[in-house]
This record gives sequence, C-alpha cells and structure tokens, in this order.
Amino acid sequence: MKKTKGCIWLVMPMYIFTLIFVAFPFLYMFLLSFMSRAKVWGVDFTFTLANYEKILDPLYLGTFVDSFKLAFLSTGIIVLLGYPYGYFMARMSEKWKKRMMLLIMIPFWTSALIRLYGWIIVFRSNGILDKVLTGIGLTDSPLKLLYTYPAVVVGMVYGLFPFMVLAVYSSAEKMDYRLVEAARDLGASSVKAFFTVTLRLTLPGLLSGVILTFVPSMGLFFIADILGGNKILLVGNVIQEQMTKGRNIPFAAAMSVILMILTSLMMALYRRVSGTTELEGIM
Amino acid sequence: MKKKKTFSGIYVAVLTIITYVPIILTVIYSFNESKSSVSWTGFSLKWYEELFRDREIKEALINSLILAGSSCFLAVVLGTLGALGIFKMLEKPEQYKAFAKINNVMGYISMLPIMIPEIILGMVFLAVFSFMDLPFGMLTLIIAHTTFCIPYVFSMVKARLVGMDKALAEAALDMGATPFQVFWDITLPLIMPAVLSGTMLAFAMSFDDVVISIFVTGAKVNTLPVKIYTKLKTGVTPEINALATMMLLVTLILLMISSILSKKWKKK
Repeated sequence: MKKTKGCIWLVMPMYIFTLIFVAFPFLYMFLLSFMSRAKVWGVDFTFTLANYEKILDPLYLGTFVDSFKLAFLSTGIIVLLGYPYGYFMARMSEKWKKRMMLLIMIPFWTSALIRLYGWIIVFRSNGILDKVLTGIGLTDSPLKLLYTYPAVVVGMVYGLFPFMVLAVYSSAEKMDYRLVEAARDLGASSVKAFFTVTLRLTLPGLLSGVILTFVPSMGLFFIADILGGNKILLVGNVIQEQMTKGRNIPFAAAMSVILMILTSLMMALYRRVSGTTELEGIM
Repeated sequence: MKKKKTFSGIYVAVLTIITYVPIILTVIYSFNESKSSVSWTGFSLKWYEELFRDREIKEALINSLILAGSSCFLAVVLGTLGALGIFKMLEKPEQYKAFAKINNVMGYISMLPIMIPEIILGMVFLAVFSFMDLPFGMLTLIIAHTTFCIPYVFSMVKARLVGMDKALAEAALDMGATPFQVFWDITLPLIMPAVLSGTMLAFAMSFDDVVISIFVTGAKVNTLPVKIYTKLKTGVTPEINALATMMLLVTLILLMISSILSKKWKKK
C-alpha cells in the first residue's frame, strides 16, 4: 500500500507546478478574452464579446491571413528543401551521418537571433548579396532586399529548416531500404517506388516536421521585426504590440485563443493522419 | 546508382554551405576594423575589446546563465521524478485505473508550452504574473522558462524508461535488492543519457529564448538574447558580430563536450 502512494508523490511536484503555472494561466487567458479593457491600464472584469468581434475587423483578420500565408509558404519551401536533405542524410555512411549531424546541430544550437543577424549582413543594401549579384552582372543596382517580404521568408525558412531535417532524418533512418529495392526489383519505376514505399514510410517524420515548422512560424514575431522592418505585421507582432504598446490585454488574449485553436486543429489533424501523439525528430 | 550518390552529395553540400554563409560572414566581419559591415577595411580586434568592456552585456550573460541553470535544474528534478512516477503507474495499470485519465490530461497540459507558438506563452505569462502581482524579473523568468523546459526532460526520460529492458530490474529485485538499490544501481544509470540530453536541449532552449523572455523580463533584468534583440532593433553595431562569434565558440565547445560524454557513456 505504501508503494502505491510512492508513485503519486513522484508525479505530484510536476503536476502541482503544471496546474499553477500552465493550466491556471491558460484558463485565465481564456477568461480574459471575454473581459473588457479598463480605461487607463489593466482589465475591467465585465463580460463582453467585443474582442472577438474586433478580430473580424478586416485589419486584424488580414494579419491572420497574412500570417497563415507566410507560414504556408515557409513550410512549403522547408518541405521541398528539407525533405530530400533529411532523406539523403539518412542514406549516407555512418561516418558521414555523424559529421552531417554535427553540421546540422551547430546552427541549431546557435542563438536564432545571431543566425538572423548574419542575414542582415547578406541582405543590406550594398551588402554581400548585392555585391555578388552586381559582380556577376545579374543586376545593375542594389536590390535592397533587407526589410522586404522575401527576406522574412528566407529568415523563417532558415530558422526552422533544421527541425524538418531532423524529423525527416529520424524517420528515414529507421526505414528499411530493402523495401524500396524489392519494389524496384518487382518492376516499379523509381517514381512509383518513392510514392508507394519511401514517402509512406517517412510520412510520420515529414508530418512532424511540418508541425514543428508551421506552429512556431505563426508566432516568431522577431523574424518579421528584424528582417522585415516594421512593414510586415503578423499575428505575433499584433499580439506583442497589443500587450506592450496598446495595453489591450483582453484583445491580445482573444487573438491568442484563436491562434491556439488554429494550431490545436493542426495538431489534431496530425494525430489523425499519423496515428501517434509523439512528434518525431527532436523528441 | 553512382550518379544518384553524387547528386545527393552535391545537394546536401550546397544547402549546408548556404546554411553556414551568414554564420561565417558574422565571424569574418567581427574582425573588421570599420564600423559598417558593408566594406572591409582591415583586421582588428577592437570590437572584442569593446565587447569585454561592455558591462551590460556581461550582466546579461550572467543573467542568462543563472536563468538557464535554475530552470534546467527545476525541470530536471520535476520532469525526471514525474516521468518515473508515470512509468511506475503504467507498469501497474489495474492499481492506478483512477489515475489513467488524470495522467493523460496532465500529460497533455504539461506538453502545452512547447506545442503552441511561443508568443502565446509569453502573452499568457505577462497577463497572469501581473494578475498574481509577482514582481517581474528573475523569478518570473525562471518560472516561465521552467514550464517549457519540463516537457523536454519529461518526454525524453519517459521515452527512455518505456524502452528500457525490465528484466534487469526484476532480476535485481528477485536477488534481494531493495527498490532503492534497484533505482540507484540500475534505473538511474540507464536513464542518465536521456536526463542529460533532455537537460542540454532544455538549457539551449532557455539560453536562446527571446520571445517569452521579452514578455516576462521586466525593466531591470536583461537576458543576453533580449539584449541582442534590442540592439538589433536599434541599429547594427559590429560589437554584435564579436558577441555572435563568442557565442558560436561556446556552442562548439558545448557540442564537443557532449559528443565526448556520449562516447564515454557508450563505452560503459
């Protein structure tokens, strides 16, 4: 009987911490989203739906659409670039696998801000990229790519690329390559073998990679901030501004609730398709 | 077949090189004498000198280390104990029927911090800490970071426990070892690699975090990423190049230590 209790005491500290500092805060956010904004600063605890109505305002609805577009675009590019990368990596010799892993891990462990900073040097007007492009005669004048949409896309893709590679790699590494060979021996074309065998077996990794890149890309306001100047507004930027400058906490809460519902839907879809709750790759 | 190998090799090589271009440029320009990163005017170490003299950066670095250290420590204790408890309950499902649902729900809630966009977590903490009337600073930072460090440790240790060979522990029990001895001599060494890699991941995430920190940091305490972020927003100084290079060096050293450690573990 004593042992029975023992196990519960082991999980207790984590559960109590989680209840106070995760469950309660999220519940509070949910309630806040139905509250009114106080005149000066803070929250007026009277029920309202105004915050959600405000989201329907084209101005804010637009940022949701823009964020989704950017997240889709970045995730799409990451899939196209990262899937072959992770797959090829898994097919390398043991020695090269280890080396490549190290090469992937170095940027992965380096501060995201610092990696972004490198792109400022590349994109600045008259920076490296402009010099190279004018040098080989592709353009005559500086492109001024810094603080533009493409720069933000590059930043997103660059920042989240390792997640996709690691997820696909861990899936492809477990794959039994003899299955592909068997399919080829039985007369399947390489394209058909890819779609019926390889893709299907590495799908968990690919999907988990999509989640690991899509979900964070909705909230990385600092990438849009640093590489996009103040021109590109995403949901993340709006929430941040409403919290700090606008002082409209209930509205920020409502936007967060919507964003959370959208990302939870993505997760649920992932579970439905892949049949697991675990994310492949970093875990 | 040979052709395929060359193609995949080139593909991986090109993308890897592109990945490193911004990093290498940052390192090169940290030795540039000129204040602008547009043109190269000569080799100099003056930005490093300036960096080492910068007291704010030093303070921010110390804060970041304290923060990552304490939230990792809390996460390791809470997460490892939690994983052990859950695992024990999973072993005897009949005894803990009542807890199965609770464990599921709590498991979901505890993973929440790393499953949603960071910005939501930041927003939630800013709101709730002002509601709880906690003073913004190191305390709020540690609490916030611990919530997203726990899932890394917890899930890694739990995965390791589930994959563990149960026969060893059972054999030891049969031979008369006490449960504590079994834990100390068998379970703990077996889960140690997972504890360590979970801790390292959690440390890196905490040390790197900008989004959540910005919300809960308050006016007085700065962490290194927050400091860098404000500097980047207000304008580029070559000092940042030097700082980035130093941080890169630290990353390399940490990675080297971890690969040496993991080799040692494997030998055992």
